[in-house]
Amino acid sequence: MSNQRTSVAILNRAALTRRLVERLKHDEAVIAGIGNANFDLIAAGHRPQNFYMLGSMGLACPIALGVALAQPRRGVIALEGDGSMLMMLGSLATIANMRPTNLTIIIWDNGIYQITGKQPTATAGLTDIVAVARGAGFAVSEWVRDAAHFDALIDRRFEAGGPVLLAAKIDDEPGKGRQARDPPLIRRRFMEGLGASRD
Amino acid sequence: MTWSDTLLQTLKDNEVRLIAHVPDNVLTPLIKAVAADNYFVSVGATREDEAVGTATGAYMAGLRSAVLMQTSGFALIANALASLVVPYQIPAILVISERGTLGEFNVGQTLVARTMRPTLEALGIVHHTLTDQSTLRFILDSSIKQAFTTQAPVAFILSPLLTGGNPAAHAHLV
Repeated sequence: MSNQRTSVAILNRAALTRRLVERLKHDEAVIAGIGNANFDLIAAGHRPQNFYMLGSMGLACPIALGVALAQPRRGVIALEGDGSMLMMLGSLATIANMRPTNLTIIIWDNGIYQITGKQPTATAGLTDIVAVARGAGFAVSEWVRDAAHFDALIDRRFEAGGPVLLAAKIDDEPGKGRQARDPPLIRRRFMEGLGASRD
Repeated sequence: MTWSDTLLQTLKDNEVRLIAHVPDNVLTPLIKAVAADNYFVSVGATREDEAVGTATGAYMAGLRSAVLMQTSGFALIANALASLVVPYQIPAILVISERGTLGEFNVGQTLVARTMRPTLEALGIVHHTLTDQSTLRFILDSSIKQAFTTQAPVAFILSPLLTGGNPAAHAHLV
């Protein structure tokens, strides 16, 4: 029996991001969406395989798909907020149909546009992002029950042989870190981290 | 060779392998050929900004990429260009089938088309309007190479003068 969004624990983005990064042992690429997904990724400690967006709201999952298709042997993780994901729901359909087995999407769902003044998102109402992903064609789309369940889902993410979406209900604690606002540097370090730099 | 054969061959010659696209009538032969050729990774996107994101990710992971779209779709990507492609210095290859001119029947297309070149100019994106098969190969090949060597995007606008335009427009003109 799968978990429902109304029955799972309210978790903390910074804590889950740290747990995720601690479990990454194979130079996995992590693409973080704008705002708090970014801030908590940098707060968990910079890695050469991290990509930080500045603007382009909604594009974390499409960018991660491109990375996953280019390097099918590398694990790729997109971290995205509920508001950003709602802006680009169509990308879930694209990703499901491209079937990148190495791609995992993690949605931090607090039901608010946290950075712009805590306005409610559709997930505070009737919209269930896990159900949306299932409808888009994701074979694995799960609500995170608690922190231990998060660890287990991360460890098992390749077992079903397709892209995976995990969604965690989180609190409204603001992100802690601040990334360098130097896009060419972010790109260059990321490309070097992926072994894709030409020089 | 047709214009689409030349374009595809030039992409291949420059090792541009991931092609993200949103459909357009004029682009049909390109999209079909990409899907039928194992050299290419064909990504059918739901929106043009999504396609730009996927092309950007692929490039950063070592797979050169291009985006195919129509004029109206270009109008959806200003933010992706201004906050991702241009500041991050991504050599995005943008191929835009031009509607809104030379026999357009849809007033919305004529209006949105007028935003395209001013947007490209405002963002300082190099763009070429391709009208002639005789110069096509040179412009494409040299500009794609320039994009990758200078870490800058380039836009190729496929004029109806080159492609013959949207077949539906001809039906409306008779």
